[in-house]
Amino acid sequence: MTDTALLPKPSTQPGFGPVLEPSQRTDVRAKTVSAGRRRTDKVATIALWCAVLAAVVPLGAVITVLVAKGFGVVNWHFLTSDIPSVTGQTTAACRDITPAFRAKYGINCSPPAPGMGPAIVGTLISTGLAAALAIPIGILGAVYCNEIGVRTRLASAIRFFADVMIGVPSIVMGMFIYTAWVVRFGTNGRSAFAAALALACLMLPIVLRSAEEMLRLVPDELRHANLALGGRPSQGVIRVVLPAALPGLISGSLLAVARAAGETAPVLFTIGVTLSLNTSPFGENTTLAQQIFSGAKSGLPLANQLAWGAAFTLVAIVFGLSALARFVASRSSKVQKG
Amino acid sequence: MTTVRTPSPSVLPAHRTDGRNRARSGRRLDRAFSGLTLTAGLTILATLVGVVLATATFAWPAFRAGGIGFFTGTTWSSQTNTFGALPMIYGTVVTAVIAIILAVPASLGVALFLTEVCPRRLRGPIVALIDLLAAIPSVVFGLVGVLAFHNVFQTVFRAITGPKANGSSLLTAGIILAFMIIPIITSIPREGIATVPGHHREASYALGATRWEVLRTAILPAGSGGITGAVMLGLGRALGETIAVALVVGSAIQITPDITQPGTTMAEIIANRFNGEGMGIERNALMGLGVVLFMITIAVNVAARVVVNRAQRRNAGT
Repeated sequence: MTDTALLPKPSTQPGFGPVLEPSQRTDVRAKTVSAGRRRTDKVATIALWCAVLAAVVPLGAVITVLVAKGFGVVNWHFLTSDIPSVTGQTTAACRDITPAFRAKYGINCSPPAPGMGPAIVGTLISTGLAAALAIPIGILGAVYCNEIGVRTRLASAIRFFADVMIGVPSIVMGMFIYTAWVVRFGTNGRSAFAAALALACLMLPIVLRSAEEMLRLVPDELRHANLALGGRPSQGVIRVVLPAALPGLISGSLLAVARAAGETAPVLFTIGVTLSLNTSPFGENTTLAQQIFSGAKSGLPLANQLAWGAAFTLVAIVFGLSALARFVASRSSKVQKG
Repeated sequence: MTTVRTPSPSVLPAHRTDGRNRARSGRRLDRAFSGLTLTAGLTILATLVGVVLATATFAWPAFRAGGIGFFTGTTWSSQTNTFGALPMIYGTVVTAVIAIILAVPASLGVALFLTEVCPRRLRGPIVALIDLLAAIPSVVFGLVGVLAFHNVFQTVFRAITGPKANGSSLLTAGIILAFMIIPIITSIPREGIATVPGHHREASYALGATRWEVLRTAILPAGSGGITGAVMLGLGRALGETIAVALVVGSAIQITPDITQPGTTMAEIIANRFNGEGMGIERNALMGLGVVLFMITIAVNVAARVVVNRAQRRNAGT
């Protein structure tokens, strides 16, 4: 009985009662909220804003530094020329790669301007091969988990271990391919193909899980319709389910490719090193990420400068792929909404 | 799982209207297709088993030579062939713990902000920015940390702890790692918080709670399973992160309680020292570190996944 006494008296005028909006918040300025609680609420709100700043400021810092240091380095020469040997072959003057510097002192360098061409080609080859390996296997695996073996123990085991495998450090994949592939082939073992194997191990679970999420969004009515029209289950997957999920599959795969393109650790022991162009998947090669790593460790200004240029290029590639993935995904969700 | 699933398609008689031969060839097609997808799915399991077998076999000579000393020894020398992993294990744990301590409050703040506080118009752009943060390659974080911000870190550390502090240190690595795991820890609680039923929130507001009190008493407890799992996933990533740490941690094999001094981690020493053939038994020892790292991260990830899956199932149930 005492409980009802605490409740506010029902309003006598109908229509003027205390109607609360569903998410109407307690007015912290109201007299009923004590000063202490009001202060805590204010501090908490400020803390939440600070948390967002803590996540966004480093992003801003990284991008600003990259643009400031890398943008000026990147030009056509940089994108196409061979990587300079920084072990002492290059003369001191040629170590400064800004064209303005060389023009000012009339320096002729041979090769004319050091660049990152071989690393860009190596990145494209190794990532492309990895995508060619991992995307079909990943999507077929997702088809097994969501269409063929749905609700079987095996499917949930595959799903669970794919999730676990996403968390395996990428360097472990590099060491795995080193022992399983590179060592077996002796001096010829290191190649863009070996690096692609390591990157594919990394991409496979990402592709599989994202593809599975996309297949799950395909309405069951489509599967039923296929069966009702006399289609085989496999035909249903190939002609109905996969096309329906296609934009999502593309966007998920692109994100996995973007992730692989930026990876360094799996590539370190598997690709070898080269300073000149190698367009073959076999034979030693190099990637942008690997060149950034060695350039960042180097004490030479030229190597550092090249690393900035390479980093700018790499981030441009990765962000480009992510933006493309977002674009495809947003297009598809618009189509689905009609 | 709210949708009603088709009963296992292979037993449906829907195709019986076909001619017998077509049915037989179709069944063969089905079987071939199922086999293909099954093989693809099994590739995941085969790869994981392959990783364990291949790396453990390769590392075995080092484990056998070192015995328990491999885990407890504090010197790592290729001259004397003594390989003790304790400094690396210490550095790995310390950097990961620093990263977690810094990243967890920030990530939870971001998750709460995005779901509860953020003006609707800002939400999309902030999510996009955090996705971008996740997309930055690890080596770029390392490059920026070592070439652009080394002196900034050094100045700040020295101002706080004294003149011996170094810009390349365990603390630097922990800070960089924190930025890298914020997107991971943010994403899962965000899902969990978004599924907290609206009436929990409304009931708290109706009782006169301020916004902070609603977050603390109604929202956070409901998302706690997802939060625990997400923190563990972040921990797994921080333990295994290689290239950024390899560039900023300072690469000094030592155990020091002063986190502003250079140190090492398991992944760091592998990335910086492993150069393949002609290394002698150090190659096996580094592989051994890789095996230890793999086992630790697998354990952390399995535990994290169990927690996350349970939380997601509970959220789906409400």
